[in-house]
Amino acid sequence: MGVTVTYLSLIVLIPLAAMFVRSLGDGPAHFLSVATDPRTLAALRLSFGGALIAALINLVMGMLVAWVLVRYPFPGKRLLDAAVDLPFALPTAVAGITLTALFAGDGWIGQFLEPLGLQVAFTPVGVVVAMVFIGLPFVVRTVEPVLADFEKEVEEAAATLGASRLQTVVRVILPSILPAALTGFALAFARAVGEYGSVIFIAGNMPYQSEIAPLLIVIRLEEFDYSGAAAVGVLMLLGAFLLLLLINLLQAWSRSYERR
Amino acid sequence: MIATVTPAANALPAPRRATREGQGVRWLLTTIAVLFLLGFLVLPLIAVFVEALRAGWDTYVAAILEPDALAAIRLTLLVAAIAVPVNLVFGLCASWAIAKFDFPGKSVLITLIDLPFSVSPVISGLVWVLLFGTSGLLGPFLAPLGIKIVFAVPGIVLATIFVTFPFIARELIPLMAEQGREAEEAAVSLGASGWQTFRLVTLPNVKWGLLYGVLLCNARAMGEFGAVSVVSGHIRGLTNTMPLHIEILYNEYQSAAAFAVASLLALLGLVTLVIKTVLEWRYGAELAATRRH
Amino acid sequence: MTITVKGVAKEFGGFRAVDDLDLVIHQGELVALLGPSGSGKTTLLRIIAGLEFPDRGQVLFNGDDATARAVGERAVGFVFQHYALFRHMTVFENIAFGLRVKPRAQRPTRAAIAERVGELLRLVQLEGMAHRYPTQLSGGQRQRVALARALAIEPRVLLLDEPFGALDAQVRKDLRRWLRRLHQEMGLTSVFVTHDQEEALELADRVVVMNKGRIEQIGAPAEIYDRPANPFVYEFLGQVNRVPYRGEGNTARVLGRSFALEGAAGDGIAYVRPEEIEISREPRPDSVPALVRHVTALGPVIRIDLDLEGSDPVEVSLPPARWRDLCVAKGDAVHLRPANVRIFPAA
Repeated sequence: MGVTVTYLSLIVLIPLAAMFVRSLGDGPAHFLSVATDPRTLAALRLSFGGALIAALINLVMGMLVAWVLVRYPFPGKRLLDAAVDLPFALPTAVAGITLTALFAGDGWIGQFLEPLGLQVAFTPVGVVVAMVFIGLPFVVRTVEPVLADFEKEVEEAAATLGASRLQTVVRVILPSILPAALTGFALAFARAVGEYGSVIFIAGNMPYQSEIAPLLIVIRLEEFDYSGAAAVGVLMLLGAFLLLLLINLLQAWSRSYERR
Repeated sequence: MIATVTPAANALPAPRRATREGQGVRWLLTTIAVLFLLGFLVLPLIAVFVEALRAGWDTYVAAILEPDALAAIRLTLLVAAIAVPVNLVFGLCASWAIAKFDFPGKSVLITLIDLPFSVSPVISGLVWVLLFGTSGLLGPFLAPLGIKIVFAVPGIVLATIFVTFPFIARELIPLMAEQGREAEEAAVSLGASGWQTFRLVTLPNVKWGLLYGVLLCNARAMGEFGAVSVVSGHIRGLTNTMPLHIEILYNEYQSAAAFAVASLLALLGLVTLVIKTVLEWRYGAELAATRRH
Repeated sequence: MTITVKGVAKEFGGFRAVDDLDLVIHQGELVALLGPSGSGKTTLLRIIAGLEFPDRGQVLFNGDDATARAVGERAVGFVFQHYALFRHMTVFENIAFGLRVKPRAQRPTRAAIAERVGELLRLVQLEGMAHRYPTQLSGGQRQRVALARALAIEPRVLLLDEPFGALDAQVRKDLRRWLRRLHQEMGLTSVFVTHDQEEALELADRVVVMNKGRIEQIGAPAEIYDRPANPFVYEFLGQVNRVPYRGEGNTARVLGRSFALEGAAGDGIAYVRPEEIEISREPRPDSVPALVRHVTALGPVIRIDLDLEGSDPVEVSLPPARWRDLCVAKGDAVHLRPANVRIFPAA
């Protein structure tokens, strides 16, 4: 136990504390100037906004995929189910260059989107695509077990009471899987906010447009503006913390029936 | 009220069961899900290998046997060989302490263990630079001693340990908690020492979960990009891991070479996925508690 | 409503759950489907509800073919074994569900729904519980919520699947009496499934004994218990002694007594209920000697296990008063005489 606590403080607490201390290293004024710099704000907006959109897409698609994987038989289902974990297993840099190759103007997918006027690679859209990819398993994996354990009788009860299938799904099943889905949403969101490897290749990294916050940290570091880098890091942590708190509250509300 | 449908003996046009959707809806949803998964998961995986072999087999082999690439492979293996065992020991200690004992601050500890999952990898790298960099908090003291951590191998190892340490602990905590304390108390009451109890009772009970955790930990350790990128300094042949090498090649427009190295990592990911899936299919019940993460 | 089941059959992957079955349930009746697990009783109930569809045969409601009608259109109230309450809804919302999902044109107003739910809560004696969640209720209370929810849609028939299966013995007893009263007051055609013979006999107007997807016997509780149609029913309902006999011409001797074999000569098995065997200290005409092996006091009855020469052991039960008069104990020699025997010749 002593070992555990010691190790954790060495590996986690001290470094994080160092970041907070260092963010104020060049005085509060510098911190403020970084925090209000339009470039910082644009980067944070892209990281958080993109993560939110990606997590929302994953919320909807994740529930749909989990539903299909649990409920409907189709050939190759077990393989596809196993493949859901691919974003966990595939190194982010590999995912990054591959997604870029796929969505570039001459890529397998990009060549069909480009004529439609939809440019994905090297734009904020590309950032969202990469974030969807790396967050995809979370909602699926949190919703799947809940859906699999869902009692069939409860659905039948709704049907005997005259509910249509749509009413049963919307009023009975959805509220039951919502807490799990929100957990997955929160995890996908947290992952996407901080994501670096899979995003920077496809993002294009134009300041004010397609530059994500983690990249800005790297850039500040390369300029030896350590306190600036730390400041962006602190802002990211605070933002993520606030949003996760919000999601936790939402979750507590959605499963209030369990605790009362 | 309702017309008689069919004589009793005939097969009936069975109406839709109460818990099923219409054929059309099922078909539509399945199609959307399958297309989504194919497009987002399977297609990228195929693309890695196609891109890697686009310039031919010889180019592929050359890209991998190139000295800088070999150095990167060696470094990646070295880092994983250090980070995984260290986190294995830590994971066992932490999960054992958390699952078997009650102590103040336990929930804080659990939250801390999860922290690296919710922190950006770039921040995970940044903190080490801030701590040990030349103008960092501790750097100035270490530099005169000739100890170089950031932009060197130790930094890469530290950053990798940081981002990968939740994997094993998180797999083991629910497993150990579920198994409870009875079996161990029984062993102790039969005269087993603490170490014997751990080796003969605790460990066998969690071995598949442990393997599973090690697997995920290893995959992440070899594939980590963001954190390592920040602390490495990108010195070719010296502090370049495979993911960093991919980035350099890609930015130099050596696309085929980049994908060649990437295909090795993708293979690693695939193997991880396959073993993981096999473990889940075979020991699904044992691992069930840990499947969500 | 009268329910007619005509030639219904249902297979699950080669297993015949319900096998060519006919049954009529009359208006206002309370019918029990009784049988061991796997006898097809729950499948039959689900087919009546429209939760399963038969491979063959018809289900008629008041003479109309309902076989192809979906469950939602049948207006049946179904109470599930494990209640199947909506966990994320309060008691009020659970009961109101059936009213709230009605098509807009038929949906009662908010006030009407509240009033109806209030009525039902009074009916199931759960006033004041409206805003609790199912997880905050006891098993018996959940069961009553499930019942109120089923009744909310004013069903034409009430179907209950093992309604007391998951409850404690005492709660089960209370709820049984309460359900019986409720049925008398409302007169709603009701069918319930059970594997508990006591429950079936106490509660039902008529009992349908099922085995292997077929009906073994239909009848009033007393009829089923006193005159079982076949060995299965005999063994399934209550305790019984199986006594193999040898046929001698037109008669058979069972535990000392001779019985006429009507038409079916030969060997067979006789069934004698433990409470239908007389026991005495002295030998009587037609009695056989036996040795007391064990006496068990079970409260309202005393069970005596006896060894017989040249026959399997026999079980006899007595009221405690009679046992005290007799004063038998382990090791005593006594004499037995069957008062009532049912004979089933070997096929």
